[in-house]
Amino acid sequence: MTDKTKAIAGLAVFVILVTYPFWSVLGSATAASAPELELPEGEDNCVEETQFMTANHMDLLNQWRNAVVRDGEREYISASGERHVMSLTGTCMGCHSNRDAFCTRCHDYSNVSPACWDCHVEPEGN
Amino acid sequence: MGVNRRDFLKEAGSAALGVGCGLPLLGTACSAVSQEPHGAESSARQWAMVVDVEKCRSEEVRRVCTEACHVAHNVPAIPDPAEEIKWIWVEQYENVFPDQVHNKTAAFIRQTPVLVLCNHCDNPPCVRVCPTQATWKRDSDGIVMMDMHRCIGCRYCMAACPYGSRSFNWGDPREYIPTDENGRFPTDYPTRSKGVVEKCNFCAERLREGLQPACVEAVNQIPGGEGALTFGDLSDPESEVSRMLNETNTISRRVNLGTGPNVYYKV
Repeated sequence: MTDKTKAIAGLAVFVILVTYPFWSVLGSATAASAPELELPEGEDNCVEETQFMTANHMDLLNQWRNAVVRDGEREYISASGERHVMSLTGTCMGCHSNRDAFCTRCHDYSNVSPACWDCHVEPEGN
Repeated sequence: MGVNRRDFLKEAGSAALGVGCGLPLLGTACSAVSQEPHGAESSARQWAMVVDVEKCRSEEVRRVCTEACHVAHNVPAIPDPAEEIKWIWVEQYENVFPDQVHNKTAAFIRQTPVLVLCNHCDNPPCVRVCPTQATWKRDSDGIVMMDMHRCIGCRYCMAACPYGSRSFNWGDPREYIPTDENGRFPTDYPTRSKGVVEKCNFCAERLREGLQPACVEAVNQIPGGEGALTFGDLSDPESEVSRMLNETNTISRRVNLGTGPNVYYKV
C-alpha cells in the first residue's frame, strides 16, 4: 500500500462523512407534515375568518388583552358584526377546549412558546 | 416716499422676533386649554374602604378576610417571609400608624393587629415610578391597576410604595398555591409568574360584575364580622363609606406623605 492509496482512501471516507446528511435523506425527502389540529365540532367559523385567525390570532389576542386590561372593554365586534366577549379562557377556550390538540400542536410545529399559560388558568374540564 | 430697503429689513426682523417671543406663551395657553377637560374627568368614581379596627381584633374576622382574598386571587402561601406575597395581611398598630403612637401608648394599643392592603392612593407613588406603565390609576374608579403582561419586575414600585403593599414573585408562585385533589387552583383568576410584582386590586374583576370585594363580602357573612370592612364610592356623598367618614373618627396611613390613601381606619 502506497501513500497515494492511503490518501485516497482517507479522502473517500472524509467525503462520504461530510456528504452523509445530504444523500441520506434523498429517499425520504418530503416536507415536514403540517400538524393536524382538532377543530371544534359543529362550529363553522371562529370570531373572524379562519384564514385571518390562522395568520393573525396573536395580534388579535394582544388587541383583546390591551382592550380588557388597559381600557376595561369586554366586547369585541367582529368584521361581520358579531359580538364576542374578549376572553382567552372564556371565548377562545369555550370552543377550542383542547389546548394540547390545538394551540400546543401548532405552536410546537412553528417552534414558538407563548407564555399565556404561565399565568392564565385553563378552564375546568380541559 | 416709499419704504427703503434698510427700513423694510429692520421692521421685518423685529416682527419675526416678536412672533418668536410670543409663540411659547401661545403654546402654554393652548396646553392650559387642552388640560381643562382632563381635570373635569377626575370627578369619576373613587372606590374606598373603611376598616373597623375594633372589629378586626377578632382573629376569626382577620382570617376570613385574608382567606377569601387569597382564594379569590390564587395567592400563593409562601412560608418564607422574605418572599411572601401580600394582598391583604395583618400588621401591628404601631407599624401601621407609626405617627400615631407615642412613648406612653399602651402596649395593647401598640400590638393591636390591623388589616392592611393597597391604599389605592389618589396620588400613587408606584404609578409615578413605573417605567413601563404596568401600573396605573384607573380614571373611571380610582383603582391602582396592574398589567402583569407589561411588568418587567424592576421593583421600582416596591421601593416607592410607603405601605409595603407590593410583593415580588421571586419564583414560580404556582408551586405554593394550594390545589384541590384534582390539581385545580382555587379559582380561574390568572396566577402570576416569576418576575412580576403584584398587589391588591380592590377586586376589580368582581366590581365589574357588580359584586363587593371578596374580603368585604366574606367578612360581612360571619357573626361579629358585620361592618368590619365597608366598601363604597367616595365620590357619592350618599354611600356608606362617605357617611362613615362624615360621622366617625377615621384615620389613614401616613397622610403626611401626600399619597392620599383611600383605605380608612375607624379607631
